[in-house]
Amino acid sequence: MLKIENLHVSLEEEAKAILKGVDLEVRAGEVHAIMGPNGSGKSTLSYVLAGRDGYEVTEGSATLDGADLLGLEPEERAAAGLFLAFQYPVEIPGVGNMTFLRTALNAQRKARGEEELNAADFLRLVREKAKALDVDADMLKRPVNVGFSGGEKKRNEILQMAVLEPRMCILDETDSGLDVDAMKLVAAGVNALRAQDRAFLVITHYQRLLDHIVPDVVHIMADGRIVQSGGPELALEVETNGYAGILKSVA
Amino acid sequence: MTAVDRRLAPKLDAAAALLAAWPEPRGEAGWAQVARARAERRLAERGAPGRRDEYWRFTDPTGLVAQPAPAAAVLVTDEAQVFDGVDQLRLVFVDGVFAPELSDKPDLAGVEIQSLAEAVRTDIHWARELFGALEASGQTPVDRPLASLNTARAVEGVAIRVTGRATRPVSLVYVHRSETSDAMLRHLVRLEAGADLTLLETGAAAARLNVAMEVEVADGAAFHHVRAQGRDHERRAATAIFARLGRESRFKSFTLTANGRLTRNECVLEFTGDDAIAHVAGASVGDGDFHHDDTVFVTHGAERCESRQVFKKVLKNGAVGVFQGKILVKPAAQKTDGYQISQALLLDEASQFLAKPELEIYADDVKCSHGSTVGAVDPTALFYLTSRGVPRAEAEALLVLAFLDEAIAEIEDEGLADDVRARLAAWVARRRRA
Repeated sequence: MLKIENLHVSLEEEAKAILKGVDLEVRAGEVHAIMGPNGSGKSTLSYVLAGRDGYEVTEGSATLDGADLLGLEPEERAAAGLFLAFQYPVEIPGVGNMTFLRTALNAQRKARGEEELNAADFLRLVREKAKALDVDADMLKRPVNVGFSGGEKKRNEILQMAVLEPRMCILDETDSGLDVDAMKLVAAGVNALRAQDRAFLVITHYQRLLDHIVPDVVHIMADGRIVQSGGPELALEVETNGYAGILKSVA
Repeated sequence: MTAVDRRLAPKLDAAAALLAAWPEPRGEAGWAQVARARAERRLAERGAPGRRDEYWRFTDPTGLVAQPAPAAAVLVTDEAQVFDGVDQLRLVFVDGVFAPELSDKPDLAGVEIQSLAEAVRTDIHWARELFGALEASGQTPVDRPLASLNTARAVEGVAIRVTGRATRPVSLVYVHRSETSDAMLRHLVRLEAGADLTLLETGAAAARLNVAMEVEVADGAAFHHVRAQGRDHERRAATAIFARLGRESRFKSFTLTANGRLTRNECVLEFTGDDAIAHVAGASVGDGDFHHDDTVFVTHGAERCESRQVFKKVLKNGAVGVFQGKILVKPAAQKTDGYQISQALLLDEASQFLAKPELEIYADDVKCSHGSTVGAVDPTALFYLTSRGVPRAEAEALLVLAFLDEAIAEIEDEGLADDVRARLAAWVARRRRA
């Protein structure tokens, strides 16, 4: 589904290389995890895939079902089925959460040539998804992420994912700032979305999220490259020995 | 001739020309004649606004002072008038002249409505305490010459006395028909103790408009004012509101401005009774030849009053926004709560925002804050919206409307607020297509 080949990325502003040849393939139905120390390029990879400004791809490619991702605008990537759950969900005062969700969903449907959802059907859809994630009516009414706690923001990200039903979901440090209960709720939300025709790329610093979202493949990223890949046991090794031990053995 | 004389001379000449251009009202009651003569003298002695005046540094008054008024094309549109869906009592002015055949009968329980001309001809009239009085006291410490001209010469307008809770808004509809019209309107509004009125003002009124309103809000009364200035691109307007606020009174004024070559909206408020609330807000959007100036002066002269100024401007293609806002807290005005925010969203580098927030505080137990910001659309928010599939132009429009919303939220009536939101959304959408 997602195929990244020899991806090199620099910061636009200061010509500093962040990704130095990333190779990664995630197939439909799979959950991949990327772990790695701070500054290894994990978040940059997620931003580049989603189309954030400020990065320059100097080499390599990224495709979604064979179609080039890197030439598309962020909204075109979303319509193609890509979704990034932000590490730091953005607060947007003045834009209601429901308005935002409905605008996003209908824009994507329109871009795919599907019919827009009417207000009643949309409301039904959101209510159903929100209930499972313990997102209450008040959160839906408020402006996007404004005044939300860390846990509420992350649940709101997963709610968006549940409503938009992307095929390729990237979760960037979704566990950061969450207590155990909130993490379980978020993980349950993600697990409920696991499907044969959907794939996940879970970026995390710690192994604990992966107890709840069990990956098929774990990658270790360091200095802009994937240096080791393996099964879930690789995450446990990180937990036991830290990144230092693994990176030494790779070097 | 001294340097001061040399600076004053052209201002005096311009004042004389303005007074000469408007006929002197005749046959009025003694109190009205006195008020007019005093205003005429103020203007004749202090002069018309000039570019070097402290409060006209950011706004060139030429187009507001020049004789004759510069022409302005009439906007042709088949859209429904803003607030059209609201049950209201309409009083229509065409190019600044009252049009009874287009207006509703002025029958509203608890509200007495008269023309200004009738009021100023009546010897014993409530308006004698108001007419020219609030305007005169609003001339210190800052000259407001166009309001003096208005007191001296305006003959069109309404006198509204509210004794109860009005069941529907009184709506002043300003129709602009002639490309060369120069309109002057004067309204007098008195809300007796415990009264409640919503006053709407909509439309461009004329190629050039000078409108002034004096509002007395007595103890426990509430005055809601919602205004939508006409979208005619070339129109010019100088507006002034002078309000005196009694104990536990409430005053809320909101102005929507889309387009217009030159707009100067002045609002001069004074708290004279304790525990009163006054909010003044504005949302303005301009594209190209647009100069919009909000000049507000709030005087706290009583205890525990709350004032709030919220002004938001969206500017593109060289549009200019100005905010001059002052909060003056007198020594006796303890426990004052004063707040002022003015913000501009610049959609390009050609546009500009000039802000002059001022606080002058003589009481020691007060809470006053002010803020002024200018910036572009937040790229992080834009990325967040687009990453969810919202096209860039639509995301930008959402963020522009969100930026304006803090000012719109100052309108208490949800229906009116939603109408303002719809108008702004339409304005933004027209520019997306352009």
